[in-house]
Amino acid sequence: MKHTLSVLVENKPGVLTRVAGLFARRGFNIESLVVAETENPLVSRMTITVDEEDHTVEQVGKQLHKLINVLKITDLDPAGSVERELLLLKVKADAQSRSEIMQIVEIFRAKIVDVSSAVIIIEMTGTRDKVSAFMELMKPFGVVELMRTGRMAMSRGKRPT
Amino acid sequence: MKAADVILEALKREGVDTIFGFPGGVLLSLYDAIYDSDIKHILARHEQGAGHAADGYARASGKVGVCLATSGPGATNLVTPIANAYMDSVPMVAITGQVSRHLIGLDSFQEADVTGITLPIVKHSYLVKDAAILPRIIREAFYIAGTGRPGPVVIDIPVDVTKEEMEYDPKVLPAMDLPGYKPTVKGHPKQVKEAARLIAKAERPMIYAGGGVITAEASHELRELALRGRIPVTTTLIGKGAFPEDHDLSMGMLGMHGTQYANYAMSRADLVIAVGVRFGDRVTGNIAAFAPEAKFIHVDLDPAEISKNVTVDVPIVGDAKKVLTDLLIEVEKLGLSPDSHLPWTEQVEGWKRDHPLVAKVSEDGEIIPEVAVRKIWEVSRGEAVVCTEVGQNQMWAALHYLSRHPRRFISSGGLGTMGFGFPAAIGAQVACPDALVLDIAGDGSFQMTIQELATAVQFCLPVKVCILNNQYLGMVRQWQELFWNKRYSQTCVECQPDFVKVAEAYGAEGYRATRTEELEEVLRTAFASDRPAVIDIRVKREANVFPMIPAGGSVHDMMEREP
Ligand SMILES: Cc1ncc(C[n+]2csc(CCOP(=O)(O)OP(=O)(O)O)c2C)c(N)n1
Repeated sequence: MKHTLSVLVENKPGVLTRVAGLFARRGFNIESLVVAETENPLVSRMTITVDEEDHTVEQVGKQLHKLINVLKITDLDPAGSVERELLLLKVKADAQSRSEIMQIVEIFRAKIVDVSSAVIIIEMTGTRDKVSAFMELMKPFGVVELMRTGRMAMSRGKRPT
Repeated sequence: MKAADVILEALKREGVDTIFGFPGGVLLSLYDAIYDSDIKHILARHEQGAGHAADGYARASGKVGVCLATSGPGATNLVTPIANAYMDSVPMVAITGQVSRHLIGLDSFQEADVTGITLPIVKHSYLVKDAAILPRIIREAFYIAGTGRPGPVVIDIPVDVTKEEMEYDPKVLPAMDLPGYKPTVKGHPKQVKEAARLIAKAERPMIYAGGGVITAEASHELRELALRGRIPVTTTLIGKGAFPEDHDLSMGMLGMHGTQYANYAMSRADLVIAVGVRFGDRVTGNIAAFAPEAKFIHVDLDPAEISKNVTVDVPIVGDAKKVLTDLLIEVEKLGLSPDSHLPWTEQVEGWKRDHPLVAKVSEDGEIIPEVAVRKIWEVSRGEAVVCTEVGQNQMWAALHYLSRHPRRFISSGGLGTMGFGFPAAIGAQVACPDALVLDIAGDGSFQMTIQELATAVQFCLPVKVCILNNQYLGMVRQWQELFWNKRYSQTCVECQPDFVKVAEAYGAEGYRATRTEELEEVLRTAFASDRPAVIDIRVKREANVFPMIPAGGSVHDMMEREP
């Protein structure tokens, strides 16, 4: 099962290595990982997606807790949180295909951020599923390259993540 | 004040009286400060020796052990001791020198990424890039190493940092900055009540105790619980001494080389009270067949140990001493008494009577290793601090040297490090200057850190190395005999030094015993001496350790004795 772990850590050198190293050493696989500073510059947030058994994820959480620089771990409930991923996608676009691409972009509320004679770059955000669906639709036009950030997630309501 | 002096002052404030170390280029400023310091420095002959000595010191004293090594090769030589301390949860602070800050990352002379290399084997680590934070880092390091589930902490200090001038007021306690570290927990009262209920209700309870009991200094409480309900107690290798092994409720060690009665009792128990243990594979064997009829209560300070290897029924995260104290109150309320589990206690005693450990003197005078260990026990009146190497010697020592007190049996459990015992004994002797400290050794293991004889002699540490010399890498040979058709590939090591002469060459005493009747006299003389000694005990070469449950097996696969 997929789990999204939101991990608050001290913003110090080497903390990412400690967290990533722990996953590697204990044989847990990271599916995606997003790291950045929070509103408090002394604290960073890591959003880690793993696809593991519940029991394994519980072990991951406990082992993470033992790292001195880890402050808080939340295993986000998908229903109780908002999740987003950012996609940048460069796709071939000639005079014929351009309008069709633009239509799909419109439907998905994506955005064209760069246009040149042969390709355009599209930016879109959404849930993982939505991003994947959009990518599927773009494939026939000829995807030149794509980048996705991996999942970020925030819990709904007043309670902090 | 120079940062190097600040380091020593800060160590003193943490109660450090001894450092085990070995100097080098980047440590010159620190060693210059040590020259005038009243902290004792024990110069090992290899950093691995220094690290294991700090480990042995920590296990024997309960204090944090401190070792010191130079950058690059000095620090990498500490990797084994750090891993060893990590696996057995031993409080240790390892200080390593590092190249100057501006040279880090440039593959400079004797540079090694020590915090990187040790990352998976430390409780925490620091690379100190600013002298001003040294006092805080040192305070934090000792706090982290010594509290909660203890473990090693590495402090890597660049040489230019040690030379800085800085302000230091020994009266000011630096504030710690550890928002993510909360080491002490009290067991949940509801869980404790539930555990008490299970204990009172159980028909066939067993206590399975480990190193966590010793760390938490909970032996007294454990004993109370065992006596209150006459519950048999088995311990892990690291837990030896948590419960007096000469008590009639003691089942000795369990697991791969555990006693028959401990393993039988575990296989029939309906309740296992696990305290400060981690259900390691050397204990459980085939995990599905481990205590198959039992419910589990698991008391441990480390939540990550709970349900890691087995699913437990009543997890209690907390300090063993506090939890057991609360548990005693609860079982009292439920009227737990010495005959609560009567038929069971008698059954267990029956197993103990019918399947005792054997140590049979040979008729031809050849020394049987078990007999040697029992003789060592007898001559030392069971009161020595016993360190062991790894292999058959370790298992014979564990089975036949009955420990009565905590912190009196010191062995490399999790990592199984050959060469650990002798330097650990040196550290233990520093911690317990008046005790008789032994290293029960194998000839192979002893040769891995034999150079520490010089350390023992220089610092007048009268450790006695009792080599059970079989001229084999015995434990590996045993597996080859049992499972690999007696093909003794690379385990026959008849080419070995004359250990008596080696000892004498180093300035220690050397003894040899080749026949059973010589043993007592030799041991008495060696133990009575105030100098370090090596006793070369020539044992029956192809003796094996039994009982044995092959790796991954269960009690049904137990080999009771020589086939
Ligand atoms: C550093 C290290 N290398 C290798 C091993 C694997 N090993 C485990 S027991 C053993 C044999 C030990 O021989 P010896 O010290 O002579 O003890 P004996 O088993 O004969 O008592 C070996 C090689 C180990 N545990 N540690």
